[in-house]
Amino acid sequence: MENVIYMDHAATTPTDPEVIKAMEPWFAQQYGNPATLYSLGLLASQAVEEARAGVAAVLGAEDAEIYFTSGGTESNNWAIKGVADAHRNKGRHLITSTIEHHAVLEPMEYLEKRGYEVTRVPVDAHGLIDPESVRKAIRPDTILISIMHANNEVGTIEPIAEIGAIAREAGVLFHTDAVQSVGKIPVNVKELNVDMLSLSAHKFYGPKGVGAMYLSKRVRVTPLLHGGSQERRRRAGTLNVPGIVGLAKALQIAADQMEAEAARETALRDRLWRGLQERIPHIYLNGHPTKRLPNALNFRVEGIEGEAMILCLDMNRVGVSSGSACTTGSLEPSHVLLAMGIPAEHAHGSLRITLGRANTEQDIDYVIDTFPGIVARLREMSPVYNR
Amino acid sequence: MYSEQVMEHFRNPRNMGVIEDADGVGEVGNPTCGDMMRITIKVEDDRLADVKFQTLGCGAAVATSSMVTEMAKGKTLDEAMQISNKSVAESLGGLPPNKMHCSNLAADGLHAAIEDYRAKQAAKV
Repeated sequence: MENVIYMDHAATTPTDPEVIKAMEPWFAQQYGNPATLYSLGLLASQAVEEARAGVAAVLGAEDAEIYFTSGGTESNNWAIKGVADAHRNKGRHLITSTIEHHAVLEPMEYLEKRGYEVTRVPVDAHGLIDPESVRKAIRPDTILISIMHANNEVGTIEPIAEIGAIAREAGVLFHTDAVQSVGKIPVNVKELNVDMLSLSAHKFYGPKGVGAMYLSKRVRVTPLLHGGSQERRRRAGTLNVPGIVGLAKALQIAADQMEAEAARETALRDRLWRGLQERIPHIYLNGHPTKRLPNALNFRVEGIEGEAMILCLDMNRVGVSSGSACTTGSLEPSHVLLAMGIPAEHAHGSLRITLGRANTEQDIDYVIDTFPGIVARLREMSPVYNR
Repeated sequence: MYSEQVMEHFRNPRNMGVIEDADGVGEVGNPTCGDMMRITIKVEDDRLADVKFQTLGCGAAVATSSMVTEMAKGKTLDEAMQISNKSVAESLGGLPPNKMHCSNLAADGLHAAIEDYRAKQAAKV
């Protein structure tokens, strides 16, 4: 796969070489189990605690409030099912939004089948949640609010601090899925007023298969995994030492570079969108014009379908993603775009471009030069596009 | 995900376009579902002298459209009516299981165009 222009960083990112270097000693040289008492194990345990302190510092949390998991999906499942179980005698009502990742929506559906009730607050045409609609959804038996920090398809950044203040005032626990925002925009658990927060290393140039959860000291949750005393008895299983070391290293690098990189990617993203808009008629932005992740660009192209665009871009060595059903194997178009009020036929014709560190101005200009021809060809083939 | 035959037809679709003075038009699918196809046919001596397609849809939808036109061209109308969704998919070296619905579009579109032609002929008599 030489010379591929990768523009799907919301899906995953390449692991930073510095991160790989930091992880390397923890596979074959210092391979001890951190739960053991001899020096090899103690070394590993120290590395994990250093990583925990590093993550805590970046997020504005205490060390003891960081728990390592297998990734965003586990963290989200744990937050939702763990709170639902631990607080079931207080109430069985949860609040979330219509545009969450499936790793939040499906645990919610799982709970609904088991006697819990879920309210899904809507979003506006830009994918933005109104904090007041969350306030109105709160009931005496509400035990958890879970709202994502930034959306994975359109990049819209939600007013988490405001929703957090409302949750706190009402005495309801608040979780945010910050898988897409950590490493890209400032994430501080105190400023965001959250009690729980999920993150995943491979979204910010760390390794796959490792994540973390911020769990405020005052939150009671039932463990998802039982079978050992790791992570303060709250998450059993031998710790993924290389992964944890890699996560912390990656987060540190992302935090150090954030300001400059966010500015750089925003400029590239806006250049791309301007260039495409100038050359292609009838394309429209999906997502918020300004309250959006620096690297995210999602748009719909009238008269054509997403997968066909992806295949054509792939033939031109460009890797992107779509909100189209055909790519996920279901016949339904993106639930996020539908929730934003975008008609199904337009949702099918949407494309998600998410930039990253390796993307250059040259890459952007290549896409600006290549993509209009692809659109013209597919529109010529389309029975529904009338020029 | 796709066979080499599917990708080849996607890259170089055969018979793409519209026959302006078509003898029959078949339209199947629905843009709301993300899949829509229009087949236009020209009939001479009960044979498909020309077949063209326009398709909105995924790689499989485009490839099956292209393949069905190639299979149908030159056939008698009765022979063309025998072309099945299954035979289109097989000619492309198979489709991923979740894409089988796309192959339904292609043969259905062709059959709809032939039926449209036959209905018009019957109306003339």
